[in-house]
Amino acid sequence: MKYICLGYADPTLFASASEAEMNSMMDSCFVYDDQLRANGHFKGGEALQPPNTAMTLRYTNGKVVATDGPFAETKEQLGGIMILEARDLNHAVELISKHPGTKFGPWEIRPAADLGEMMQQSEARRHKGGKPRG
Amino acid sequence: MAEPTLVDIHTGVDAVFRAEAGRILATLIRLLGDFDPAEDAMHDAFSAALQRWPAEGVPANPRAWLVSTARFKAIDAIRRRARFEAAQADIADTLHGVEPVAAAGDDELPDDRLKLIFTCCHPALAPEARAALTLREVCGLTTEEIARAFLTTVPTIAQRIVRAKAKIRDERLPYQVPAGPELPERLGAVLAVVYLLFNEGYSASSGPSLTRADLSAEAIRLGRVLLELLPEPEVVGLVALMLLHESRRAARISAGGELVLLEQQDRSAWNHTFIREGIALVERALATRRFGPYTLQAAIAAVHAGAGTPEATDWRQICALYAALLAMSPSPVIELNRAAAVAMHEGPAAGLALIDAIVARGELRDYHLVHSARADLLRRLGRREEARAAYTQANALVKSAPENAFIEKRLRELG
Repeated sequence: MKYICLGYADPTLFASASEAEMNSMMDSCFVYDDQLRANGHFKGGEALQPPNTAMTLRYTNGKVVATDGPFAETKEQLGGIMILEARDLNHAVELISKHPGTKFGPWEIRPAADLGEMMQQSEARRHKGGKPRG
Repeated sequence: MAEPTLVDIHTGVDAVFRAEAGRILATLIRLLGDFDPAEDAMHDAFSAALQRWPAEGVPANPRAWLVSTARFKAIDAIRRRARFEAAQADIADTLHGVEPVAAAGDDELPDDRLKLIFTCCHPALAPEARAALTLREVCGLTTEEIARAFLTTVPTIAQRIVRAKAKIRDERLPYQVPAGPELPERLGAVLAVVYLLFNEGYSASSGPSLTRADLSAEAIRLGRVLLELLPEPEVVGLVALMLLHESRRAARISAGGELVLLEQQDRSAWNHTFIREGIALVERALATRRFGPYTLQAAIAAVHAGAGTPEATDWRQICALYAALLAMSPSPVIELNRAAAVAMHEGPAAGLALIDAIVARGELRDYHLVHSARADLLRRLGRREEARAAYTQANALVKSAPENAFIEKRLRELG
């Protein structure tokens, strides 16, 4: 089963860390990511640039408005996402609880939703009355 | 013959997980000496199976392959960490010295599942956590499946399991089968978990469906594992009890989803294979003369199962077995069941007097079966208004849809 793991971190933590501390933190994360990869748990993921590099699009008064920055001003910002392959939620909890990234901030683990059926229904709706497919 | 597809391999690995996870985990805990690393290593070995079996084929002895792969994964994990924590290097070396797992003939290895069951059902863990942990670690169910079975949310079950495992680690709960005077009490806790699982599956306490067959099947499977590893009389009795109750599953619910009482059940729909096995186990447990309450309950179920028609039921013997059970483990619920048997043997008035005595002591007043049993006896005595009041009380206390439907039908029949 796939779980989407959202890793949050406090950006000020990174600002105050020494170079040696940063290196050691990052090394430990990459080592653990490699371990996850070697065992087929790491199905993909990306780190995110800081929140001040983000754009937010919002539908307001009939049009899409672009603003700077993320949705909410919270202390902890989304720092990266990982797609994790695990047997069940407890297995995902075990894998992520050992991730060194948990020292920088909370992780949210959510099962990936299977929208296959919903997409099929949507397709059927969109082609109703039109030319039947297949 | 077509080559197995990727889907076949996934289904196959899943089936091996369900059948073997408990045994593999138990062996790894013994080899690695710790619960968590053992579980990690096992999961890693199953991931490796998913990656490698499609290309290399399923090994002749999947369990031995998985145990040996898991052991290497554990050594890998320790090595990898050791690059950062040099002090840990000697642990990996120690592990490397552990006697290798035989590639074949691993049946000669001691079966460690019993230790695992005793750890998962340790009295230091919260009772609801014991059941969840046993289902996951011994039976190989996923957190998601356990949550569905208990009709609760996945994070709730995940929390219970996380806390229970932290407790096992922090309090260093022993990973062993207790011996001597400790055994009966600890075995009692194990059997209580198995019976709880069975009951939850046999008579779901809430929800739209009256039974959840999968949970009962898991409980029976677990009972059989216990029976194979530790054939104590009460283990024999509990497996007999579960089989005899399970034998009636198909006859308990009507085509319309309503509850059918024992008296009205189609006895040809009972599972006679289960009944034969159950009766044989009851006789085996009784012969030891060291039996307990599970065996006596199984003996009662066996008398019912042995009657070809309701009229042929040996109520005198059932009353005697209930008296013995009550003497061994006094409980108002058992008293209530005895009252129902007495009503069949000596008539509704005698049964009603016993039930009224329980209620007069202030016990079981919120237990719906007290009110429906009273209602039934009052109906048979022709005391209609009192019967109606008792059914109404029972209906207010019931939370399962088929049981509500059953009581409402009875109310309508009273006119």
